[in-house]
Amino acid sequence: MSEVLLQASGLRLAFGGVKAADGIDLGVMKGEFLAIIGPNGAGKTTFINMTTGYLRPNAGTITYDGRRITGMSPRAIVKLGIARSFQLPQLFVEHTVEQNIALAVASRDGIWSPLTPLLRPRFRDEARDLLGRFGLSAIADTRADALNEGARKLADIAMAVALKPRLLLMDEPTSGVAASEKMEVVETLARVLRDAAVTAVFVEHDMDVVERFADRVAVWSQGRIAALGPPTEVLNDPAVQRDVIGIERHA
Amino acid sequence: MSTTQDPPRDPMARPARLMKRYEPILAILLAAAMITAAILAPWLRFVLTIALAKGIAVLGILLLLRAGQVSFGHAIYIAFGAYVVAFLAPTVNDAALLLALAAVGAGLLGLVIGAFVTRYRQIFFGMLNLAMSMVFYSLLEKLYAITKGSDGIRVEIMPIAGQALDRVAYEWVIFGIALGIALVVAILLRLYLSSPMGEALAGIKTRETRLEFMGVPARGVLLSAYVMSAVVGGIGGALIALTSRHVTPQLAYWTSSGELVFIAILGGAGGVLGPFLGAATYELVRIYAAASFADAWQMILGAVLLLVILFAPGGLWGMAARAIGGRGR
Repeated sequence: MSEVLLQASGLRLAFGGVKAADGIDLGVMKGEFLAIIGPNGAGKTTFINMTTGYLRPNAGTITYDGRRITGMSPRAIVKLGIARSFQLPQLFVEHTVEQNIALAVASRDGIWSPLTPLLRPRFRDEARDLLGRFGLSAIADTRADALNEGARKLADIAMAVALKPRLLLMDEPTSGVAASEKMEVVETLARVLRDAAVTAVFVEHDMDVVERFADRVAVWSQGRIAALGPPTEVLNDPAVQRDVIGIERHA
Repeated sequence: MSTTQDPPRDPMARPARLMKRYEPILAILLAAAMITAAILAPWLRFVLTIALAKGIAVLGILLLLRAGQVSFGHAIYIAFGAYVVAFLAPTVNDAALLLALAAVGAGLLGLVIGAFVTRYRQIFFGMLNLAMSMVFYSLLEKLYAITKGSDGIRVEIMPIAGQALDRVAYEWVIFGIALGIALVVAILLRLYLSSPMGEALAGIKTRETRLEFMGVPARGVLLSAYVMSAVVGGIGGALIALTSRHVTPQLAYWTSSGELVFIAILGGAGGVLGPFLGAATYELVRIYAAASFADAWQMILGAVLLLVILFAPGGLWGMAARAIGGRGR
């Protein structure tokens, strides 16, 4: 786990007078699960948006596997092996769950075939396998707009995993998920990602989830990284507890 | 973990599935009905050929509706296809060849215009298409030396695939060609709509951002659908020119574009049969209404559309789907 997969250096981005990124330096190691915590507005989602090409930083660079990706389009970045999921699940709501996943599978190399069905054996089998691993087989034929928040989140992440990324960025994978389902969702997720050898960066507000599943934690505060290290060390840091976790508990 | 929050919200899901299964049979029945009607009432041959031509063009509207976009200017491709026939008939003088040229020409025009308009969505997409068609209409009107303005250009009966035909045989063959093209295009579009490209097109309607984060160029997907819609528009226009044998700028006027959207709504966008159900109904209602109520036929058409919107939002296709779905219960 010592090789750096993603390296952000001196990232800066301001929206008017608000500094969403104020000199972010962060290396993500191959194979690790890195949690990003911090109060709302600290710039966590902005970091994901910059890394996945949705936003272009004012200054600084992002390299992935030794290649500079700063300013590249989301499409080009996906093709390099970086996928993301969303705080608000971005499913194709008029499609079934299976069609959503199959479309993600097809998007790797089969999207331009205009006369063969989406649910051909190659795409359907892979989609069903993925649905099985995420525990979503029972709802394969359900339209995406009929799912509850937990299933929606998992399906959203399953679509990202279907792209076979090496790095997956997840924006609050457990937000909106019922407390009783949260650990089950995350356990499922962690198992699938470890099996697929995917490096994961996830923004999270639930400290129990962070403590249990993150290898390292980065604490975001006003566009900067206030602390970085193993969960036991960072979450017990009095300054983090006072300035971040205190806020988190009241958020 | 519980995974659903509500029962599925789409009451049309089952009827739509059944309708898609029975659509090929219904298409054959509709084609047989059209042939029978054309034999029993020869004057209907003209009406039904025009209906087929418009139905083919409306398949292009259906494609764009799939992406949640409405074009208020697609008559430009009908007019373009028709004028390709009118301009080139004296030199090419073969209907089959002219149909192919109209399709390719309209496709190229669609590529040029589409490269611009597919940057926009919703009302901007619709109005830019309208603007393009009105510019084309004005050119056809004003460039009298080339287009003969509002007088239009007459298209003479010509050989088809090298065969010289008398008027009746010519009209029958054009009707047959229109029917054949309608079936082939409908089959191809049906395959397309359930392909990854077609499903990605539907994804533009609901989650375009997601497509980009899956590495799929949404604009490219929409542009390819737009070019296809232009091609079928060009084919429809060429068939209209070969059938009515007279082309005028009116073909590109905004009311002609509105007519295509009207037919799409009337027929329903649920499946490829909808445009043909809509076009046949539209033409027949128009003919009978115009014959019976010369001054009020547009009001009758408007009333029909209102009734469809109020009581059958899925159009005639949706009504057929409900009838089939209901019977299966």
